[in-house]
Amino acid sequence: MRNVGYATWGWETIVQLWDYIGNNARSLTFLTYQHASLSFQTVLVGTLAAIVIAALVYRLPLVSALTLTSSRVALTIPSLALLALLIVPFGLGVTPSFLMLAFFAMLPVIGNAVVGLRSVPPAVVESARGIGLPRWRILLTVELPIAWPVILTGIRVSTQMIVGVAAIVAYVLGPGLGSLIFNGLARLGGANALESALTGTILIVIIALVFDALLVLLGRLTISKGLS
Amino acid sequence: MTDSTTAPTSKTTTAQASSQRSDRVVTGESIRLDGVVKRYRGQPKPAVAKLDLEIEAGDIVAFVGPSGCGKTTTLKMINRLIEPTEGRIYIGGRDVTEENPDRLRQSIGYVIQSGGLFPHWSVRKNIGAVPRMLKWDKKRIDQRTEYLLDLVGLDPAVFADRLPKDMSGGQQQRVGVARALAADPPVLLMDEPFGAVDPITRARLQDKLIAIQQELGKTIVIVTHDFEEATKLGDKVLILSEGGHVEQYAPPEEILANPATPFVEEFVGSGATLAHLTLTRVRDVEIKPVVTARVGEASGSVIARTKAAGEDWLVVVDAHGRPRSWPTIDEVSTKPEVSDYLDPRLPVVAQSSTLNDALDSMLATSQGGVLVTDGHGAVVGALTIASVMEKIRGQLADVRDDDTVGYVEHTEGTAPVETPVVAADDEPADETGPR
Repeated sequence: MRNVGYATWGWETIVQLWDYIGNNARSLTFLTYQHASLSFQTVLVGTLAAIVIAALVYRLPLVSALTLTSSRVALTIPSLALLALLIVPFGLGVTPSFLMLAFFAMLPVIGNAVVGLRSVPPAVVESARGIGLPRWRILLTVELPIAWPVILTGIRVSTQMIVGVAAIVAYVLGPGLGSLIFNGLARLGGANALESALTGTILIVIIALVFDALLVLLGRLTISKGLS
Repeated sequence: MTDSTTAPTSKTTTAQASSQRSDRVVTGESIRLDGVVKRYRGQPKPAVAKLDLEIEAGDIVAFVGPSGCGKTTTLKMINRLIEPTEGRIYIGGRDVTEENPDRLRQSIGYVIQSGGLFPHWSVRKNIGAVPRMLKWDKKRIDQRTEYLLDLVGLDPAVFADRLPKDMSGGQQQRVGVARALAADPPVLLMDEPFGAVDPITRARLQDKLIAIQQELGKTIVIVTHDFEEATKLGDKVLILSEGGHVEQYAPPEEILANPATPFVEEFVGSGATLAHLTLTRVRDVEIKPVVTARVGEASGSVIARTKAAGEDWLVVVDAHGRPRSWPTIDEVSTKPEVSDYLDPRLPVVAQSSTLNDALDSMLATSQGGVLVTDGHGAVVGALTIASVMEKIRGQLADVRDDDTVGYVEHTEGTAPVETPVVAADDEPADETGPR
């Protein structure tokens, strides 16, 4: 019966999984919270950085195009490679994890923010200027709200990606559900190994779904009816 | 209000010497362009070369010209959306070329084609944009919003909380005007404001603008490519040719009578005779009084009243005197009370409308007459096609030169002239006929 852990898929597995979850409820709750919190914070920071960058470049067509391209190219950097690079100055733990995730969280949002800000109708911006709204006020009260639906789509893409990628930070002893998956995989065949990896994966999927639902709700509450 | 009791308080300016409306209110300020030049980098010719222009307070001035003549550039230099390369611009005597551009623009109304409303804000929020920035309190902004919506002819209860996308182009344009007037600026700049609406709506919006101007006395500068619109709206018309060169700057009557240059003559075009229809206002023609009845009045007394006046039809009006329908006596007698039926094809023009608008309206609704309303939309009478034709006949008689020989005066054989051929190009022409 050595193989029970992973070879027999069936009712028994589900019962064992349930037992595992029941026995580890406290630590699972904590890890889930950690994972969600890490994802939330990094997406928030990444989004803010993306909006600032987009606001700096969107009025310059050439720089905008350059920013768009580089943000897409940067997405192809393997997350593990970036993590490894960040260990050099920051060591193991939360700091490199956070920086890597915030960086990747920023990338999809930059593209959408630039495109969103650039697609605000010129007539709207001209009339805003024409009635004397200062530049910063136009950005904050006219352009960003009109670009918001597009930016929010970017945030959703970013969130889905980050909740998944966040598992990797377990490699550098970062926080979150990744430790369950990596522990399980490392001890595959051992007691509770499969349960551990499986639980970690399922919880990550659940976090992603809940975040997406929350973002859809946020859209309902914050996108002006005038834009639909 | 322009009634005579308040008129003496209005500022007396030199402008009134040239204007027939000597009792008008003036709250606007004069605008003076002094040697204004706009040059764009990389272009050999300036977009606007050395333009001097004086616009009197309380006037509507229309800038017209072909595209590329610099009319929009000139307009946008007044509120410095485009910075002049050289020259000075004065509004009410103060040099605005040194002012903070945002602060300057807050004191100048600006309207663009199709309104340029903020799509994510309600009408109320759109109109309150500048007052909010000027930190007015909420109650004052609300009052101002309601006043302005009323002024532009939109019911505040219906429209204040609407979103721009739920309104027609004409309604959005009205909100655009209301927003521009929000902080009560002395000067209003309009960049082809009525370019994107259908002709009937355009005529209505033009009439509304004239009514607003008469009530408020702002200085209005309007850019248009439509000479007819310019003659209808403008106290003065500025005709520009390429490079912002002034071809003529004069009241529309004068431009039609004495075009200053061949360019003007060509621009005004063969429509000049018809353009007189644009110059003649509905108020210049005899308006027939009409019998009116309120919704809900007893039909019997209304019919008696109509017959007593010698008419066989009447106008049903609402509580504000605005017309809803114009039934015949027979139609009224089918119901015990006057109905609140709203006739969707009721032709209505304002007193400031041109005869051209009136004819347009009659043709569009296939009616032999139009109802005429005052500045608040209340009916004041009717204009029949017969009275319009009489006016046209009168004008044609004026236009006809004395040296044309009539049928009676013609002496046989003095001037043998061939019969001119008037035929469409696509009809097969007679082979012997001139080609």
